[in-house]
Amino acid sequence: MSATLARDETRAFGPRRLWICLNGIVWRESLRFLHQRERFVSALVRPLVWLFIFAAGFRQTLGVSIIPPYDTYVLYEVYITPGLMAMIQLFNGMQSSLSMVYDREMGSMRMLLVSPAPRWFLLTAKLIAGVTVSILQVYTFLVIAYFWEITPPSWWNYLTVLPALMLSGLMMGAFGMLLSSLIKQLENFAGVMNFVIFPMFFASSALYPLWRVQEGSPWLALVCKLNPFTYAVELTRFAFYGQFEPISFVVVVGCTIAFLAAAIWAYDPSRGILMRKGS
Amino acid sequence: MSADVDALTVEHVTHAYGARVALDDVSFAVAPSSFCVLLGLNGAGKSTLFSVITHLYAARSGRVRIFGHDVARESGPALARLGVVFQSRTLDPDLSVEQNLAYHGALQGMTRGERRERQKILLERVGLADRARDKARHLSGGQMRRIEIARALLHQPKLVLLDEPTAGLDIKSRADILSIVRDLARDDGVGVLWTTHLVDEIRAEDHVVVLHKGKLRGDDSCAAIVAQSGAAGIGEAFTKLTGAPALAGEIEA
Repeated sequence: MSATLARDETRAFGPRRLWICLNGIVWRESLRFLHQRERFVSALVRPLVWLFIFAAGFRQTLGVSIIPPYDTYVLYEVYITPGLMAMIQLFNGMQSSLSMVYDREMGSMRMLLVSPAPRWFLLTAKLIAGVTVSILQVYTFLVIAYFWEITPPSWWNYLTVLPALMLSGLMMGAFGMLLSSLIKQLENFAGVMNFVIFPMFFASSALYPLWRVQEGSPWLALVCKLNPFTYAVELTRFAFYGQFEPISFVVVVGCTIAFLAAAIWAYDPSRGILMRKGS
Repeated sequence: MSADVDALTVEHVTHAYGARVALDDVSFAVAPSSFCVLLGLNGAGKSTLFSVITHLYAARSGRVRIFGHDVARESGPALARLGVVFQSRTLDPDLSVEQNLAYHGALQGMTRGERRERQKILLERVGLADRARDKARHLSGGQMRRIEIARALLHQPKLVLLDEPTAGLDIKSRADILSIVRDLARDDGVGVLWTTHLVDEIRAEDHVVVLHKGKLRGDDSCAAIVAQSGAAGIGEAFTKLTGAPALAGEIEA
């Protein structure tokens, strides 16, 4: 019996083990998401309310003229669809940061962090798991939008948008992870909703083109231009129409790297985010 | 690994939260294949020490080694040799027992085949082989603990840490868990660090480390600590060493 329960040599943690580890984290996050039906439904209802009610209501008042990537006049609901896709990812990124605060309080974060895989890898894997879930949400939303007759120019574009969703999901997830390192306790999360999610969403190009904002308030337009969320929206919008928008790409990639590096820094064992509670 | 390397070495570990000193120059070692009790009341610094050993965060100063591997500098090889049962429940209640074990196996980089083989042995060992497909939320507190012990052993660690594993359990569950873990140290060559505030979980031959208000107050076999302090039992010895009353559960360990 003795040889079976403990052994002297450990497995070297090479690329194969890391791959197993990453898969396990993504698998667990997806299972958890499927078990939380309410979370799935609310993640879907939110953008649908915007699409079916808000956009339909504003259809007459807010016409959108021809701006790239559109080559014709578009209905307002068509315009805001990419913004709503990005909104799903924004909420999801914040939700996974909420789950990190929760995990930290409940101990499952400690489970994760006693893995022999490097900590930066574990945090990145957790991030990728969250992005996978957000992409599932976006595609479910697109299926419903399809029946509302909101479709990209070609079937092919359902694929071209995928890399953009991955990138913008990573950016939002990394931002959420950074926020989670700054939040001491779960209760503070309501503040994040009010002071982070809503301003980010409204002060962006998700609901109205920037040139229109510029006409109304140059000051607000500047805020929108400084908001990384705007670039996630535009990257998604162009990709949904089979086009590549280099500036958005650079901003999104740059912000992802910066947010993730800061989050990994904050979660470093010697830095003490995790010791705040003292337990 | 040569036999003379300790399973766990804690060397001059000091840690503070702001001005509050939680650990003050704590040093001790746990030998392979031994059952070591870390005894201290709530607030003694046990949880802080636990967090430092598991590399949740780094101590302000001092060093922790697991089979010679520095937890801060070589955390991969150190953590690969370590199994942990945390004080708070860390099974995912919505997942089945098997799914919980699969997640942990993946975190340890185990293939499905490796994990299944180990899972079979371990669930039998903790007497829950027939519960693999049940959701964790349908288990009793004692059963969850036993699953957590099986999980901690999944990757065949040579050192196992348990943070107050009997907290909140009934008498029979406590005794069952204690006996499973004692067998591990005796039969399987696993070094065990068992954290508790209850003196009745200690046997005369156990290695006991007494921690009080962040300071080490005793580090020897239970029998030696009792003899040195001139007390009648470990409970009285604890009181003499710390000035605080010892707590007992209600089991014969």
